[in-house]
Amino acid sequence: MKLWIPFATAAGVLVGAAILFGADWDLPPVDTEQIGYAGSGMYLTKDREKQADLQQANVVPEPLYEADPEGDRAGEFYENVQVLGDLSTDQFNLFMASITEWVSPEQGCAYCHNEENLASDEVYTKVVARRMIQMTQTVNVDWQAHVAETGVTCYTCHQGQPVPTNVWSRNLVPGEKGTALGWSGGQNIVNKTAGNTSLPANALESYLLEDKPIRVHSLTALPNGGNATTTKETEETWALMMHMSESLGVNCTACHNSRAFNDWDQSPTQRVTAWHGIRMARDINQSYIEGLAPVFPDNRKGPEGDVLKVSCATCHNGVQKPLYGVSMLREFVDSLGVKTNTEVPDYSTYTPGETQVMGSPDSAAVAPATGSDATALASAD
Amino acid sequence: MEYQNIFTQVQVRGPVEAGIPLPRGDNERVGKPSYNWLAGWFGNAQIGPVYLGFLGTASLIAGTIWFVIVGFNMLASVGWDPIQFIRQLFWLALEPPPAEYGLSIPPLNEGGWYIISSVFLLASVLLWWARIYVRARALGLGTHVFWAFGAAIWLFLVLGLFRPLLMGSWAEAVPYGIFPHLDWTAAFSIRYGNLYYNPFHCLSIVFLYGSVLLFAMHGATILAVTRYGGERELEQITDRGTASERAALFWRWTMGFNASMESIHRWAWWFAVLTPITGGIGILLTGTVVDNWYLWGIKHGIVAPVPDLWPAVVDPAIGG
Repeated sequence: MKLWIPFATAAGVLVGAAILFGADWDLPPVDTEQIGYAGSGMYLTKDREKQADLQQANVVPEPLYEADPEGDRAGEFYENVQVLGDLSTDQFNLFMASITEWVSPEQGCAYCHNEENLASDEVYTKVVARRMIQMTQTVNVDWQAHVAETGVTCYTCHQGQPVPTNVWSRNLVPGEKGTALGWSGGQNIVNKTAGNTSLPANALESYLLEDKPIRVHSLTALPNGGNATTTKETEETWALMMHMSESLGVNCTACHNSRAFNDWDQSPTQRVTAWHGIRMARDINQSYIEGLAPVFPDNRKGPEGDVLKVSCATCHNGVQKPLYGVSMLREFVDSLGVKTNTEVPDYSTYTPGETQVMGSPDSAAVAPATGSDATALASAD
Repeated sequence: MEYQNIFTQVQVRGPVEAGIPLPRGDNERVGKPSYNWLAGWFGNAQIGPVYLGFLGTASLIAGTIWFVIVGFNMLASVGWDPIQFIRQLFWLALEPPPAEYGLSIPPLNEGGWYIISSVFLLASVLLWWARIYVRARALGLGTHVFWAFGAAIWLFLVLGLFRPLLMGSWAEAVPYGIFPHLDWTAAFSIRYGNLYYNPFHCLSIVFLYGSVLLFAMHGATILAVTRYGGERELEQITDRGTASERAALFWRWTMGFNASMESIHRWAWWFAVLTPITGGIGILLTGTVVDNWYLWGIKHGIVAPVPDLWPAVVDPAIGG
């Protein structure tokens, strides 16, 4: 018996096992739905096992009870209610109970409140939560081009977790830190935000925080000197597209006819929704998430010290319509479906454990939204 | 049944063969020849001796330098972590410099290593090319392999040298890495409006798939007539026997036309060399004279129209 035979067999078995079980294969059966014209290859494929798991993971919780909109206003009845002051006390208490279920079911009220003094802003998470409520209102009112009437609630992203499962922060690939060798142009490493490809690692920062141009195609057949976009930049756009595809559990063809990715005339309507979604995520990160940087403690920041930001996956969680399109907002239109107080306090003055009131406590009564403003379908740009 | 062979069943063993005497001025062949059972499954069971000579030695040294530069840059790109190096090996690459450096020499750790390693890779490939020529002549052969390898080098030079020169940037070159070079290929097609509509890309695919088809037809034909000695192809060319006659008849009966014992190899050679030659032309035209192959295809009537299923969709960036 020659010695190399058992070694070669063992190596072959190991490599084979790694390929079979190490990769995240979709085992058949896979359902295929034709969405485009015959012969254009426009199909949506969905793995049944994965869909079954997603169906289980993305269930809308039952409302706790129905609140009475009549009675005292929360802003007058309670202290330091800055954003939800227009709710009735019953609605307000329902909202507080619900947000606990949505965001911190294990930690309870104390996750955001000093239980001795519920009005105090000394726990940083309360300040964050207030800003997130403002953000949710903005999404539901100003970004209907993306979220439509379905809207979002805290649960869309949080799903019972204090920090949503799918968040991201700046990712400097290890080679960037070297001085002599190892530079890899910010790519060529396993990119978890882009479907485990080796595509550029910081695409989310380029497009969902900064507004780097996404489009790479020339609109003329022959070069006219107007488009200096390189293949490398195309790879970064592609990384964003991989991210969107993975976040929504869809193929490229959900939004594009892949024979001409850039051509709007051949694109399904979902591409327009996605276009607004990119801008919505960028607005959320720029206007709401980044601004909270002084409030977040270090353990709520990424390895490079930046705050944890949202991507498409934060809300979608692998599903094309978050929570399979079930509207939780319907039960919370008065709290999350209108823009009430849009004031942004100076977060750099915040001191955790000391600051009692962050922002002006009376402002809720100052700027109640009128009905027409609140429901207007805003331009998303 | 033993001639119904699709695997090599017979391994010829005897005294190892040293090869013909070499002319004055040539080096000695290196390595003690031996038999290998596994090699015998796939070809001749004898391993070695190898003719290295100056060209072979220099080519291997240059190639090794390229390999080591790429490998150490990959290792450094995961923070010198050997476990991550192995886990992520297929994801890692030595990346060409950023576009802002154009055709100038970039800093060492921002594409400089890529340029240096590319010089060694080019030297290695060209030295090996020359070696193939010299060895073929030394054996009194034609230089067909040399020219065929030259066709592959043409595509390699287009990708790494000619096109970057025409585009005015080393950033246009291909990264040295397993997945990264595949990502580059797909992104290249996307950036330039889908290489599917590039006619030279079409030709290259025709020759590539044609090569596969010819290889399968020829291999199958010869294996099918080995029972009549058909695998001794050169003898069949000069003194056509029943194997050759039957093989020819088979194709003439089934498709009306047959290649000959000689011409089938010309078919194979031309299909093979035309694959990278046409492919290289297609790459060279991309970005230099055509910027969007899909629109080029529309202009020249090769894009199939599809009905507009979503007439309401307009670019939201227009007038928004």
